[in-house]
Amino acid sequence: MADHALLVEFGDVIDNHIHDRVLRLDMALISRPFEGFVEAVPAYASVLLRFDPLVTDHRTVQTKVAALIASCSDHVGAGSLREVAVCYDPEFAPDLAPIAEATGLAPEDVIQAHLSGDYSVFMYGFAPGYAYLAGVLGQIQMPRKDAAVRGIPAGSIIIAGPQCLVTTLTMPTGWWIIGRSPTKILDASSDERPFLFDVGDRVKFQRISRAQFDAGVGA
Amino acid sequence: MSEAVLSVHSAGPHVSIQDAGRFGFLRYGVPASGPMDRASFAAANIALGNQVNQPAVEISMGGLVLDCLTGSVTFAVAGGGFMLDLAGRKMGSWTIATLTEGQRLAIRPGHWGSWTYLAFAGELTAEKWLGSSSTHAMSGLGGGRLTAGTQLSVMEAAVRPEREGSIPCPVTARPKSELHVVLGPQDRFFSRKTIETFLASPYRLTDAYDRMGVRLQGAALKPDGLLNMPSEAIVRGSVQVAGDGVATVLLADHQTTGGYPKIATVLDVDLDAFAQLRPRDLVAFRQVTPAQALALTRMRAATAVRYLEAIAKPRGTLEQRLMSENLIGGVVDAHRSHDHASQGN
Repeated sequence: MADHALLVEFGDVIDNHIHDRVLRLDMALISRPFEGFVEAVPAYASVLLRFDPLVTDHRTVQTKVAALIASCSDHVGAGSLREVAVCYDPEFAPDLAPIAEATGLAPEDVIQAHLSGDYSVFMYGFAPGYAYLAGVLGQIQMPRKDAAVRGIPAGSIIIAGPQCLVTTLTMPTGWWIIGRSPTKILDASSDERPFLFDVGDRVKFQRISRAQFDAGVGA
Repeated sequence: MSEAVLSVHSAGPHVSIQDAGRFGFLRYGVPASGPMDRASFAAANIALGNQVNQPAVEISMGGLVLDCLTGSVTFAVAGGGFMLDLAGRKMGSWTIATLTEGQRLAIRPGHWGSWTYLAFAGELTAEKWLGSSSTHAMSGLGGGRLTAGTQLSVMEAAVRPEREGSIPCPVTARPKSELHVVLGPQDRFFSRKTIETFLASPYRLTDAYDRMGVRLQGAALKPDGLLNMPSEAIVRGSVQVAGDGVATVLLADHQTTGGYPKIATVLDVDLDAFAQLRPRDLVAFRQVTPAQALALTRMRAATAVRYLEAIAKPRGTLEQRLMSENLIGGVVDAHRSHDHASQGN
């Protein structure tokens, strides 16, 4: 891409096996960066590599990355397990009822299905701290809404298809809003750990009550 | 220790504090931000005798009017052909001058350019986020936007008469309407004919232009087939095509990932001058190979280094300059020296 980047694509679908290959290359780059390496951006099925065009070039980077991929270990280290608190109070979950209606489940079953998903961080993107979690159970997977809804507050738990996300900024979204989290995925005030997740981490949602949310539990 | 305090009387949209950028956080969804025209930003700092990464104010076509409440501070304005009014004295951008207590500085758009940079001799106090004062427009994190009433404080504010006068404006700072691109990474989503259209047709910048990117108007670039690629990382300069065939060139505050195909990527070295175009200006895309892209980048980097080295040297106070012209030319030609000083544009 242009004069300073290369995109390594491992496939064109959202798939655990493909994502493992993304994680392996990302880890290999972090432990054995090539000369001129600037940064890597792992996504669902690809890794973007930025390099310094004054130090190296596309062809050299391509050769080095091919060698890295060939020598990557087959093993992906399990990421850390992160806990995220979630409150499903109706005020925070305007879309629980429509999802229940669309899926034929009771609202409480939608909540239980959301809590029992096996989530992992596939990528960050779109906006600071927007971590895309894959692992929403099939029974509550919903297609995107036809139009985005404006002004959805930061901390909203939103789902679409197999994906779940905890928003970090007030923004419009076409995903379904099912709860709110006090857990900071993006902590603008922290220099030590400004982002809660690394790509590859696993995530468990912990339900909290409205009273706990208001008391700041899980923040 | 001296301090200069300035108050914003009025500011257009998209006026914000920027340093050289916030790098290394794309993987967390954070773009580099930083100046839309990085070369002009660097020129303002370097010509003033600052470090190249010091925070400065990025000014959009909406302009900025500042009042100096206390202190005195020398400032530089570089980027575009903006008009300055310093307490009644008219100047163009590409200027270094001194603002003193009670004076008003107005910076307004002139004949060309979309962005200009106001740097101060001293340390502009600015909030940092992730080690950088660059303002990320969507979140407002970093140094922040400037609006009426915002107060700016410059610590260690200095007056540097030996640097006052014009800054040479390099030709590379002019708006550039011919953009070099490398095709991809998703050119496979487009037919050969569509790619030929993209490379052969003029495109017009629209008013949908902010720090995230600029939407173009022109021949539609319909992607083939279904748009179901998984989201992937995007770089500044990506020419992203939405489902309706409309192209957007992504800029400093671009979203870091997207699921729309990118037909091509504009070379980084062309983006500063591209950002100085205005809505309704035309652009054309010229394909180069990755090897040609690298060659252009390296040549431009060498030119940029030579330029910055040249403007880094103080030109001397007016007295020193008159003295040296006296010694060289034998006579002082006041008219010529005045011309020289106002050559900013």
